[in-house]
Amino acid sequence: MSTVDVPRGVPLDRPNPFDPSTSLAEIRATRPVSRMIFFPDEHLGWFVTDHGLARQVLADTRFSSASLTPRSPVDAPFLFNKVQKVPVDPGTFIRMDPPDHTRLRRKLTGVFTVRRMNELEDRVSQIVDLHLDAMESQPRPVDLVKHFALPIPSMVICELLGVPYEEREQFEARTRHMFSLSTKPEDRLSHMKAIQGFIAALAVGKRSDPADDLLSDLTRDEDLTDDELAGMGFLLLVAGHETTANMLGLGTFALLEHPEQAALLRSEPELMPKAVEELLRYLSVIHLGPRREAIEDIELAGHHIKKGEQVLISVPAANRDPAKFDDPDVLDVTRNATGHLAFGHGVHQCLGQQLARIEMRTAFDALLRRFPTLRLAVPAEEVPLRTDMGIYGVHSLPVTW
Amino acid sequence: MRIHADREVCVAAGMCALTAPDLFDQDEDDGRVIVLRSDLTDHDVEAAHEAVELCPSGALRITG
Ligand code: HEM
Ligand code: SF4
Repeated sequence: MSTVDVPRGVPLDRPNPFDPSTSLAEIRATRPVSRMIFFPDEHLGWFVTDHGLARQVLADTRFSSASLTPRSPVDAPFLFNKVQKVPVDPGTFIRMDPPDHTRLRRKLTGVFTVRRMNELEDRVSQIVDLHLDAMESQPRPVDLVKHFALPIPSMVICELLGVPYEEREQFEARTRHMFSLSTKPEDRLSHMKAIQGFIAALAVGKRSDPADDLLSDLTRDEDLTDDELAGMGFLLLVAGHETTANMLGLGTFALLEHPEQAALLRSEPELMPKAVEELLRYLSVIHLGPRREAIEDIELAGHHIKKGEQVLISVPAANRDPAKFDDPDVLDVTRNATGHLAFGHGVHQCLGQQLARIEMRTAFDALLRRFPTLRLAVPAEEVPLRTDMGIYGVHSLPVTW
Repeated sequence: MRIHADREVCVAAGMCALTAPDLFDQDEDDGRVIVLRSDLTDHDVEAAHEAVELCPSGALRITG
């Protein structure tokens, strides 16, 4: 931090597709709890880059998700242009604190257990094969994002929720706009409302004609209002496809650029569960959050965080903390990467993580097996990176075999 | 050594059942932790400590 003392938002520059900004290492080493400017009102908040401290903040509900004043951790129209508290949409419990959060999350946790998700493995595997078959019959080169990374998680979450898969272009496009750093706040809001309206309309149909899916189950819960149901469905649909899709796209790119790691996975497929944790750690696609706001004055590692100040937790920095992981900048599918913060920590730790794990294990394993000669069809420098999006990854990945 | 789980604190993230499936399961209905065996043998201690460390909500504790 020789030139700037207080970062103006999260540094977005990257030395290569896989490593976060080099300034993160410097900030973490010199000021693990740093000040940072939030936008658009130049709010002087905090930036936490140390693994242990990131965990501490995420485990402490005085760092609130409900009280978040609309602000952006990057100097872009992303998220909000007016600093004015808006009520949290009903049902979207990712933006609530206990006990409201607890009430809604508990309605879903029975569905997302390790055991239930393992039971879905066969169906996930069929969905993966379906897409690999289709990919194989395409003229080469093929965009792996379009044919593999995005449609697989979309189809899985559609089936789980009971959303007709034909609707995917609509909600995928809306989600893409929602997460683009250049989307205006009012447009972002209208995309959000459109997806919620679409879920609400679906729920009306499920109420009279229920099927064996999660939305139908939720319509039977008398304790849930229609707005809450729409909010929960929206959260699951959006959180459920875009994150996993970016892990699949960027993860494949990382394996292609580290052929010795891909070779290891081809010869020892039992390494896959470990490899998935390592890819989650190494790639940290949630690169601009989580974000919290102090609801009282809090002491953190000798710093006085005042009530109302915002805190941005850097998952990429925490996941590359040398105090937690040896040689953190090396992709090593044989290491024990557990304890990474790719799914967050604390009461909001990702609800869909067991599903995401099954999807990634199954999809990477089948891809590597099916296409032993898979390779990039363009020079690596030409792969378009999602530095302009709220969730990091690749916009497209042209491959051939 | 014994393992204790606070079901009121548990957020059903499933890290325990993933890390130490011999010791933990999750409730069929709400996904919250179920301790399968609370008395730890020498053989379990390492997995139990790892589960305590990974539990995102701080619901798990080892005593004795
Ligand atoms: C690799 C893929 C994924 C990544 C990296 C990821 C990451 C995260 C992170 C970091 C959080 C915490 C946010 C916070 O603390 O504010 C979170 C929460 C959440 N995720 Fe995921 N996620 C993934 C896949 C999924 C899937 C497949 C689903 C749904 C089926 C899902 C549903 C959710 C929900 C509902 C929450 C909110 C939980 C709460 O507030 O209690 N995620 N995710
Ligand atoms: S890891 Fe912790 S929060 Fe998750 S299910 Fe087990 S006890 Fe509950």
